[in-house]
Amino acid sequence: MTLDWPTLLPLIFAGLMGLAILIYVILDGFDLGIGILFAAAGDAEQDTMIAAIGPFWDANETWLVLAVGLLLVAFPLAHGTILTALYIPVFLLLVGLILRGVAFDFRAKVPAGHKHRWNRIFFLGSVIASLAQGYMLGIYVLGLDVGLGGMAFGALVALCLAAAYAAMGAAWVIYKTEGELQKKAVLWLRRALVLTALGMVAVSLATPLASPRIFDKWFVWPAMLYLSPLPVLSAVLFAWLWRQTFHLPKAGDRHALTPFLTLAAIFTLGFAGLAWSFYPFVVPDRLTIWQAASAPESLAIILAGTVVVLPIIIFYSFYAYRVFGGKATDLTYD
Amino acid sequence: MDPLILSRIQFGANISFHILFPAITIALGWMLLFFKLRYNVTGDTAWMRAYFTWVKVFALSFAMGVVSGVTMSFQFGTNWPGYMETVGNIAGPLLAYEILTAFFLEAAFLGIMLFGFRRVSNRIHTLATVLVAGGTTLSAFWIIALNSWMQTPVGFEMRDGVAHATDWWAIVFNPSMPYRLVHMLLASGLTVSFLIAGLSALRYLYSDRSESMWKALRTGVFTAAILIPIQIFAGDQHGLNTLEHQPQKIAAMEANWNTGPNVPLVLFALPDEAARENKFELTIPDGASLILRHSASGVVPGLNDYAGNHPPVFPVFWAFRTMVGTGVLMLVVSWSAAFFLKRRHSLPRPLALVMVPMALSGWLATLAGWYTTEIGRQPWLVTGVLKTVDAVGPVAGSQVALSLAVYLILYALLLIAYLGVLVYLALKAAKDGDASPLPGVLDAPLSQPVAK
Repeated sequence: MTLDWPTLLPLIFAGLMGLAILIYVILDGFDLGIGILFAAAGDAEQDTMIAAIGPFWDANETWLVLAVGLLLVAFPLAHGTILTALYIPVFLLLVGLILRGVAFDFRAKVPAGHKHRWNRIFFLGSVIASLAQGYMLGIYVLGLDVGLGGMAFGALVALCLAAAYAAMGAAWVIYKTEGELQKKAVLWLRRALVLTALGMVAVSLATPLASPRIFDKWFVWPAMLYLSPLPVLSAVLFAWLWRQTFHLPKAGDRHALTPFLTLAAIFTLGFAGLAWSFYPFVVPDRLTIWQAASAPESLAIILAGTVVVLPIIIFYSFYAYRVFGGKATDLTYD
Repeated sequence: MDPLILSRIQFGANISFHILFPAITIALGWMLLFFKLRYNVTGDTAWMRAYFTWVKVFALSFAMGVVSGVTMSFQFGTNWPGYMETVGNIAGPLLAYEILTAFFLEAAFLGIMLFGFRRVSNRIHTLATVLVAGGTTLSAFWIIALNSWMQTPVGFEMRDGVAHATDWWAIVFNPSMPYRLVHMLLASGLTVSFLIAGLSALRYLYSDRSESMWKALRTGVFTAAILIPIQIFAGDQHGLNTLEHQPQKIAAMEANWNTGPNVPLVLFALPDEAARENKFELTIPDGASLILRHSASGVVPGLNDYAGNHPPVFPVFWAFRTMVGTGVLMLVVSWSAAFFLKRRHSLPRPLALVMVPMALSGWLATLAGWYTTEIGRQPWLVTGVLKTVDAVGPVAGSQVALSLAVYLILYALLLIAYLGVLVYLALKAAKDGDASPLPGVLDAPLSQPVAK
């Protein structure tokens, strides 16, 4: 059986990149979300929240490096086009990530009086990074070339993605904490869910309206029938999660992981919808994955390594989460 | 505002800031492993105190390295799309392997190494430390492989203006790679040695005479004293390799204008590119010929043979002098300190005072060395294949100016904060000495089972 590698390889890499983006959004989603929720938390609560993400944030952020790295190595033409079109938002994202990352470490090492300053920087970095990502998503969805209306839409998506991350962060706090903080997190989740749902609706409507091509992928029979589970299931999960927040936390801490898993499922559904809309383009309506792809020989050599290493990465990531399983306890080096 | 020069300054600023931290973490990871193993062998708790002091420095340096590294990975797309367009088929796989085999590895096990001391067995914790140190070193391997290929590209062919790989072994182990990798790894070793020695000297000056201070001080000083002559030799070999493959870089490093024998070693000069001569020269006769060709009549390449195709002379010449000068200083200071520690079991106060600023000598030498090699490759981004000017992206100058300004301010503030924390940690350790209660883990043997 001979496979058409020049056609297959870019497809595989588009899939891998999509997977990396999805994993990133779920994992760093809760890191950034917790940073955003710092605004609503007291000092001791902030320490516990940090303890809940401390061992993970670095590896979580690495999935972004992988996603953008795959864009860079597998679709270099698209990488250049997208990143230069989104130059300032990308720059702000980097500033946010820098501030978030270093604040995490500085806050634990500076003299006691300076800790507040770094807590604020941690919050600021998380907010900037989340808003930047949301803005980039909004602009990308509209096809990268936008006027003022497009920028306003980008701002809306920015707020909604930040809310979605806050929801994710709250869900992680529910899983990793107990007592008053856990109860607070349930309230945070409920409030964040509203904006999250709004954001998903906005993006879902804007995408087909911005592009006739995408419109035709969704609103045509019988595709509409096969695709309808995506929005329907998302709506159901949202509604169900909303209701769940009135029953959490449960006795014996049952279902503490459920909000997190539900949100992860919602993110996945949303992502699947976006993937379907944009396929086969990596730069909307301009470059397909095949037009933007590197030479097959390069892709082949990267794939060879990836199929070996990626399962190992996933395995030891699970191991790391298991080591730090259970409720978050104070982080110490000793 | 010229986007090319702004983009170059921005890339230079980003990568200069970034390299400061792997220069520490590559070797510090192994150093921490050393502290830990010394404790396991001797049972002397001073080693664990040293470990716990320096693991904080490691964590902070690692975070700074990661976030600036993420910024680096984006720079290719935001400012230099022409790079991937032309050499993406080679750069792509090398960068991908760096992310997959190194970045993930160090990031995932860092959590266990830093925070999992009580949650995993001593074996697993030691393994995690090895994996973090190994991952950081492996990162250096891949990045240096790519950067060296940019200096001495082989194993490829051009098809329609795009480079295609033909021999991966040759690409990875290209002619300059082994020399540059060894040189960088030793540079990291020296950076950390002087940092540890310098901060320990600071503690000494604050009357800290604890066992953990002495252990760290001795480790730093003796490691530095052993590494510096090796590094000088490695640097010499690296120079000979560069002479073979990038003669115009050597010519610029030595500010030598005319090819010929009996070329003097220029200690000090102000190279004047317009006039193509050196002003205010201070030289050692035949010196360059001796160093580069091991013979007074050895022929050293001159810049005039490469008119229009050589790097700017002033920065390359002075970056190289700075690096070598710092190296000589490192030799003098580390050997003096080693002498006093070994023979007299003491540290004279003047020497301790010198060692404190020398804590950052590794940074100075590493930056100077990188500036030498990277500016020394200009006007080429990939020697003989792609010129820097052809790789820059279409972003407007004003946007680059904005991002550059913010990066510079941000990096300056972060560096101040970083150095402040280092000094604060050293002074705190000086105050605690050996009196601070050690973690509860030391009540029990270090190999405890997973905490339930």
